[in-house]
Amino acid sequence: MTDTASVEPTSALPALPPLEEPVETSWWSRHHRAVVVAVGRIAVLVAGLACWEYASGRWIEAMLVSRPSAIGAQFVTWLGDGTLLLHARITITEVILGFLLGAVAGIVAAFALAPMRIVQRIVDPYIYALYSLPKVALAPLFIVWFGIGISMKVLLAGITVFFLVFLNALAGIRQVDPALVDAVRLMGCSRVQLVQKVIFPGSVSGLLTGLKVAIPYALIGAVIGELVASNRGIGYLVTDSASRFNIAGVFASLIVLTLLAWVLNAIVSVLDARASRWRDAES
Amino acid sequence: MATRPTAHGGPIRRMTRIRYYRIVVTVSTKSSSTDHAVAAPAPAADSAGRPPDGIRIEGVARSFVKDGRRRYAIRDLDLDIESGSFVVVLGRSGCGKSTLLNMIAGLSRPDHGRISYRGEEIAGPRTDLGYLTQHDTLMPWRTLRRNIELPLELRGVPAAQRRRRATELIARVRLDDFEEHYPRELSGGMRRRAGLARMLCAEPEALLMDEPFGALDAQLRQELQADLLRLWHGSGKTVVFVTHDLDEALCLGDRVVVLGRGGRLVLDEPVRLPRPRDLDRVRLEPAFVASHQRLTAALRSDAS
Repeated sequence: MTDTASVEPTSALPALPPLEEPVETSWWSRHHRAVVVAVGRIAVLVAGLACWEYASGRWIEAMLVSRPSAIGAQFVTWLGDGTLLLHARITITEVILGFLLGAVAGIVAAFALAPMRIVQRIVDPYIYALYSLPKVALAPLFIVWFGIGISMKVLLAGITVFFLVFLNALAGIRQVDPALVDAVRLMGCSRVQLVQKVIFPGSVSGLLTGLKVAIPYALIGAVIGELVASNRGIGYLVTDSASRFNIAGVFASLIVLTLLAWVLNAIVSVLDARASRWRDAES
Repeated sequence: MATRPTAHGGPIRRMTRIRYYRIVVTVSTKSSSTDHAVAAPAPAADSAGRPPDGIRIEGVARSFVKDGRRRYAIRDLDLDIESGSFVVVLGRSGCGKSTLLNMIAGLSRPDHGRISYRGEEIAGPRTDLGYLTQHDTLMPWRTLRRNIELPLELRGVPAAQRRRRATELIARVRLDDFEEHYPRELSGGMRRRAGLARMLCAEPEALLMDEPFGALDAQLRQELQADLLRLWHGSGKTVVFVTHDLDEALCLGDRVVVLGRGGRLVLDEPVRLPRPRDLDRVRLEPAFVASHQRLTAALRSDAS
């Protein structure tokens, strides 16, 4: 080895081959999994409906299980005469109001209580006792207090949502790394800024988990309220159809509830995807 | 000044707890009222008549109570850090280095004694002191650029100005192509550089650094040490740099203070090496070797 090589060893090294190169991928190689999943889902649905249609009236009493074609016909009829719209609107209003009420109250309560560890420990057993209480059991009480109008269903949905959102948001706030809190305190942040820049973004995943878990419970709350006492709403449509042995009507109403839950889930999923973009980042 | 803080001059405050408003329920620990520790030394007066400059640590003690026992991380420490100097605090792990830095940063308060900056007692975090901690504290949900802008954002600096300053700092720490990356997508060394840039973005007068390069490989550590010296040289900023790495201490500092157990001051060694320093060659200087030997001896003497 020469003198110059010992001073500048890099000059002796061979040139580096490129460490990155383009890779050609076809549309199919990128998307074949998604296609298989979508086709599979449709196949399962079609097969299930076909079995149902075939079995109904042959193996099982059609009076009890109805059949997809009859349900579809009932759905179209109700859609046409406005029955579905009338009742769905009531239920959607209840679910959304209840969800918002519970979620906002839960978030506010979690952020208010989070810094007070002692208060938290004092109220902890009561919170869990109320959380474990089946909210359905409160329906009769709410009827006495608020009547059988919409407010009773909103509150029934709201109270269920409240506990789920509150407990998940609180857990999310507790997960915030204290080192990050110290870091912004060192930058001289105000209390509002601390919440805004660290506590909230740090706890947002717990919060969204709470919202996600709460969606079906908002529906349950509203529908149970309608089942117990009402003359409108999808829950009422279910009981009303069942009492007339209109099984196709029962299933048509259930489809509406399913669609409603699906839309609400999709909304929260979009929020979640936006809020946790940084989490998916992989090097 | 006149009142002498008592041994239980305050319950042990965990300052890291998430608190964002002022309703604070403090419950004093039972044990602290029973054992009156040794009387606190009176804070040394300004007898030397030096101007109130730099960081001044006078008779500082800090203890932690656990399982009914009080353990002192720092018992009685006096230290003056001149403004504009690069002082390295060297010591083995558990000698109270980080505790000391946390107190200077204002994250925790001494049990007794007094820490002041420019003659003013440090009562809480202050923006003219920058603190780079041992672990990364970049916000994982912010991109690199938005992380570096954060100190300015908190001060209400307009967006355009923030952006200009962040871009400039990103260039200075050589992260130009990573502005829009999230911390997770950066390597350990890059995250350290980002932390450094964020600290400098706030334009602090003094920098506190707690083993900032401890978790990096030797090659990268030297690279970042060179970066730090380059950024610091001629800036006139005071630096308090905590490390357990003897070589690092001598490469960087104007002065190395060796802390022993309980935060005892074992040795105060001036480093007589020219600046700017070439980190590849500085280790070969006779002054480096001589200081190295004295520091090794000091570290060893405390262990026995």
